[in-house]
Amino acid sequence: MAKYNLRINGNAQTVDSSDVDKPLLYVLRELKLTATKFGCGLGQCGACTVLIEGAAVRSCQTSVADAGGKSIVTLEGLGSPDNPHPLQTAFINEQVPQCGYCTSGMIMSAAALLSANKKPSEADVCSALDGNLCRCGSHVRVIRAVMAASGQRG
Amino acid sequence: MNAPVKNPCFSRRAILKGGALTVGFALTGSPANVIAQGAVAASRTLDPKEVDSFLAVNGDGTVTLFCGKVDLGQGLRIAIPQIAAEELGINVDKIKFVEGDTELTPDQGRTSGSNGIQRGGMQIRQAAATARKALVDLAAQRLSVKAEDLIATDGEVRSKAGGPGITFASLLGGRQFELKLDPKAPLKDPASYTIVGKALPRPDVPAKCFGTHIYIHDFAVPGMLHARVIRPAAVGAKLISVDESSIKHIPGAKVVRVNDLLAVVADDEWNVIRASRELHAQWSEWNGLPAQADLAAALRAEPGIVDETLVNKGSPAAQRPDGAKVLSATYYWPMQSHASIGPSCAIADVRADSATVWTASQGTHGNQTTFARFLGLPKDKVRLIYLEGSGCYGMNGHEDAAADAAILSRAAGRPVRVQWTREDELGWDPKGPPQLIAISGAVRSDGRILDWRTELWIPKTTRGLPNIPLLAPEAAGLDHVTGVNPGLISQNGDPSYAAESIQVIAHWLKDAPLRPAPIRSPGKPANCFAVESFVDELAAALGADPVEFRLRGLKDPRAIEVIKRTAALMNWQARPYQGASRNSGVARGRGISFVHYKHNETYVGMGMEVAVERASGRIAVERVACAHDCGQIINPDGVRAQVEGSILQTISRVLMEEVMFDRSRVVSVDWASYPILRFSAVPKIDIELIDRPTERPLGAGEAACTAVGAALANAVHDATGIRLRTVPFTPERVKTLLNSKA
Repeated sequence: MAKYNLRINGNAQTVDSSDVDKPLLYVLRELKLTATKFGCGLGQCGACTVLIEGAAVRSCQTSVADAGGKSIVTLEGLGSPDNPHPLQTAFINEQVPQCGYCTSGMIMSAAALLSANKKPSEADVCSALDGNLCRCGSHVRVIRAVMAASGQRG
Repeated sequence: MNAPVKNPCFSRRAILKGGALTVGFALTGSPANVIAQGAVAASRTLDPKEVDSFLAVNGDGTVTLFCGKVDLGQGLRIAIPQIAAEELGINVDKIKFVEGDTELTPDQGRTSGSNGIQRGGMQIRQAAATARKALVDLAAQRLSVKAEDLIATDGEVRSKAGGPGITFASLLGGRQFELKLDPKAPLKDPASYTIVGKALPRPDVPAKCFGTHIYIHDFAVPGMLHARVIRPAAVGAKLISVDESSIKHIPGAKVVRVNDLLAVVADDEWNVIRASRELHAQWSEWNGLPAQADLAAALRAEPGIVDETLVNKGSPAAQRPDGAKVLSATYYWPMQSHASIGPSCAIADVRADSATVWTASQGTHGNQTTFARFLGLPKDKVRLIYLEGSGCYGMNGHEDAAADAAILSRAAGRPVRVQWTREDELGWDPKGPPQLIAISGAVRSDGRILDWRTELWIPKTTRGLPNIPLLAPEAAGLDHVTGVNPGLISQNGDPSYAAESIQVIAHWLKDAPLRPAPIRSPGKPANCFAVESFVDELAAALGADPVEFRLRGLKDPRAIEVIKRTAALMNWQARPYQGASRNSGVARGRGISFVHYKHNETYVGMGMEVAVERASGRIAVERVACAHDCGQIINPDGVRAQVEGSILQTISRVLMEEVMFDRSRVVSVDWASYPILRFSAVPKIDIELIDRPTERPLGAGEAACTAVGAALANAVHDATGIRLRTVPFTPERVKTLLNSKA
């Protein structure tokens, strides 16, 4: 059983796994960090997006071995009701989620965008989120929320 | 942002204290609490004729609503409390909401057909009105005053003249209402509404944005096994053999087999995934699916078709007047998947004498009978508890996953969580059936429709079927329902416009190639696509403006208003369709459609502006305008979200979606082979909601879907002169038509 040292939402975490290929998604969910969702297991839908060293990454396509030694942020670590991330505030204000299953991945992808591009255009937002699928059709609200979170009215 | 209603799904407690029911919720996140508290049954009535079934006045000044309809993301968790709070006279933040639990909520029917508010909500409105009248009468007795001098407000009954009131809790004195729902209990005058009609925030939204909302996928019970069902290699294949040694190297992984229901289980989720990938199983050959390329034509020739005339108004004239235009056209809508982002998931704990099933089903109550039957248990020993899943737009895989979990739990002797894969979801969710629609008709030179005849080739719903047949009981060889249920897919086959004669004929098919089920606004996106495209074809044949042509045939002022408002949103200038302007590489056009949903519900006008890239055949929807009249609006932001979602989801269905299959199985089983709409294809959307507070509230979850296909096809016709009659409007299909026209 190999041990992997991860930094998750600012906390050092040692994870045991007999399988080097175990995806980070299942490591997180076993730690009760269930904001990060399983959607396809193929890296096609974005529901499992987390930040690794600040970059938006599909946790279903990242092995525990590859995540070892890295700093990982999930939606739970991005902000809380007492200290929300601007994207969380904006998603709530804009009443973005319907079922909300894609929301975590949307916010994490958007967080990576905003850390690289403080004032994205709507086209930048669509481009950054094009790999995040939503079936309920919340897209226009997502765009509006990301623009609002960046201090721009969508 | 405040959250007036706490999520009740997660932990619940129903305790009878001196006859008075108090229900408390706490979002603790501890599965043990759910088990312990969920197991406590409240001895209260669930009879939907009784007020106590729907609401309880609690000692702490709150009111609990027990709602048989569930929130699937469409906002009932706020809309239903708004209705009840308004009618009772209490603040909405004093309302607690319990949904879809067969042991706690009355059976209000499935949350489908866009009837959560128009049926479920209205039952609760009447229960609340009955309760308010009872509370006011109690106060009148106690104060020795006339009931008409009193008013219920802010959770109290007070004199209209002012002064302190008596709280609901103290009036009821720890008792239940013990009252039948009074259909004549007076309802509040909508002019006095202070809660209904407000865009109050949905209470589940903050938790969904902080990652603390507990979906069925996130729920767990102690001692639970993780399971993956191994689907057959072909739709009708039988299991020949399983090599259990193929997974013996995976810690804790075991095979569970009940006839052809094959699964692997393990304590650890990743290990069970590995086992499901590595298990060797042999299945029989099966290739009973029809050839996909011939499917549309083959529907006409299926054996056992039963014809039924659904609409027969007027009679076609023996001779058409001079100048009449006579047209006919055939339209096709393919099989489509619900394509939820999270594959189906469920948890079941089945014991020798009882079963508890946590499910994202739209119909926990209806499934009680189904589950009791295949589990061989009395109905009252089977409890289904709703927990929200990933988007539910009809009868998708949620109930199949629940049946998987139930049968596997019984076989394994432990609680079991079943999680479907992406391949399971797109491959095995029940599908929207294929629909072939032929329309012929004639129009007089002045725009009057003479005769109209629609023929539908669609599967017939088996009468009285509580559910579609579920995969697991079938595979396991258990007693289960058989039949077909694609939903009410024959509605809106006729136009809303005046005509000398209208006929709609259903050619009922026995089944569909893949197990059919209702999918958002069942059948009607296709029927309205055909009808409203054909209306445009008639208008084009006359050289008439599509808006003027439609208005000429309508008398209903609400219908006329949504069309006019849609046209105004689009800055519509009257002209005939422009046809192809051949010089540009990108052709632009506009289209409109109108639907009166089921001919007695919501009115929708839909306008679209599209750009068609000639070289690639790619259609970009650039702008959508929609005027929407669903009568009394309970929560305008909730309605708006539903209309936005209906538009975007249906643009996706119309432009991109078709289930692909070979002779054995579905082959479009990932997002590359079953693509859906992405951000880069999202148009600008303008929605105008028409609120009619004195009209009955109508559904808003489906109607807008039905107007999308024709508005899009009509816009492409305006841009290019080509008429798209087969969904999806893929670039290849567009290019072929453009080339054949050139």
